[in-house]
Amino acid sequence: MQRYSALAVLWGGLTGQTHWKPVWGRPEPKGHYDVIIVGGGGHGLATAYYLAKEHGITNVAVIEKGWLGGGNAGRNTTIIRSNYMIEGNTEFYEHSLKLWENLSQELNFNVMFSQRAHVSLVFSAAERDATARRYNLMRLNGIDGEFWDPAELRRRIPHLNYDQGRFEIFGAYVQPRAGTARHDAVNWGYARAATALGIDIIQNCEVTGFIRRAGALIGVETRRDGVAGEIYADKIGLAVAGHTSVLAHKAGLGKLPLETHKLQAYVSEPIKPIVDQVIVFGGVGHFYISQSDKGGMVFGGDLDSYNSYAQKGNLPVYQNVMAACMQILPCLGRVKLLRQWAGVMDMSMDGSPFITKTDIPGLYLNAGWCYGGFKATPGSGHTFAHTIARDEPHWANARLTLERYREGRLIDESGHGPVPKLH
Amino acid sequence: MLRIPCPFCGPRDHTEFSYEGDATVVYPALDASEEAWFEAVFLRDNPRGAHSEVWHHIQGCRSFLIVERDTLTHEITGARLAHRPTAEALK
Repeated sequence: MQRYSALAVLWGGLTGQTHWKPVWGRPEPKGHYDVIIVGGGGHGLATAYYLAKEHGITNVAVIEKGWLGGGNAGRNTTIIRSNYMIEGNTEFYEHSLKLWENLSQELNFNVMFSQRAHVSLVFSAAERDATARRYNLMRLNGIDGEFWDPAELRRRIPHLNYDQGRFEIFGAYVQPRAGTARHDAVNWGYARAATALGIDIIQNCEVTGFIRRAGALIGVETRRDGVAGEIYADKIGLAVAGHTSVLAHKAGLGKLPLETHKLQAYVSEPIKPIVDQVIVFGGVGHFYISQSDKGGMVFGGDLDSYNSYAQKGNLPVYQNVMAACMQILPCLGRVKLLRQWAGVMDMSMDGSPFITKTDIPGLYLNAGWCYGGFKATPGSGHTFAHTIARDEPHWANARLTLERYREGRLIDESGHGPVPKLH
Repeated sequence: MLRIPCPFCGPRDHTEFSYEGDATVVYPALDASEEAWFEAVFLRDNPRGAHSEVWHHIQGCRSFLIVERDTLTHEITGARLAHRPTAEALK
């Protein structure tokens, strides 16, 4: 792999920038791989990278129906945090956050991870107390968290609607190590590093079915650039958030504790720096906003709240999100929206994911990410690779099982019960 | 905006309704096995395509409806009362 460095950029400047080479190619699929990862988003690419790097398994293919990172990896609001309260989530997301902290160095690719703090506003004494419990539990678990009283909040974020809002701002709970990253850079960084370790990334290749022998899955049927084919593998991992149920049915897994819903996101025209942190307006509304390095305000709100595989959002939710924005940041009222889009999510029955072996020999499952897939990217890849390579979970995903639904050990962070649209 | 053809109220915006999920789920008897309850509470077909689903016309006639909708195209091909005896009586 061609190393990136300041010196290389300087040298490139003197030699007409002729030194750049493609960092991944268009390999022909081999007939057989040790592991096939279905889904070339962040999670799939990270899984392939860690399979090679941590477990020495390099005979791996990542099979992607569209283009790299063209699904939810390219459709999120890029927020990274680990402010979780319940065992299962706490250790997993903190593990992931720690991987983020060294990711640019690890991949020799600037993923623009910016630990700019995640600020959850509270609007009543009851919300303040309930959130205090959450943040105290986080601190007991070794996750950073603190409280900003209204005076400190006003000093740090002067533009919030302190004086004319319908709801008084009682302060904010803050995770200082949380932040944002550049979503495409994460995909490209993992794809480049995985390719350098010998992994085949095969794009425009849809998995249309599975090949079985004696109850085990031994390969996938594909359609690549319109041509049908077969690729065999010892192990197959699914990382196809949003479409997990579709492939699970084809693989013979049957019904899963999932509903597919869509979530919208929005970005404004670039403006001068106004919001340094990730700000979340929860409780009475649902709204989260940060400012990209280009200056665009990146924000989102609730799900569209009915099952959907369409990557297009409805207007009533759009209106709700804008109303929430005007409630806490009315200074953005005249800013023009640049783009709006929707991604389809695996909404699980308790709002938490699963990374696990399945009852079908040869099949491994990584699904149920709800709103939270982007921040999980390194942790998901790292623990999924471990699960596939060793046939047992990593300590960080040991509780993220499918059996927990059957056993009544739900990881229900929001306390909404088995109603996916509410998580 | 989805427009849901309510049998009582005519076509109405989906914002008048509350979405209640997969209409093919049948809750078992209270003394049914844990397995039967596990399946009814947690497992879903989650199809990409035709889907029968319950919508509650909470800000209209307050009926529970079963709506036939495609989850990929959002096309709605029918809506009927979920409560079968009432639907029969109104025929």
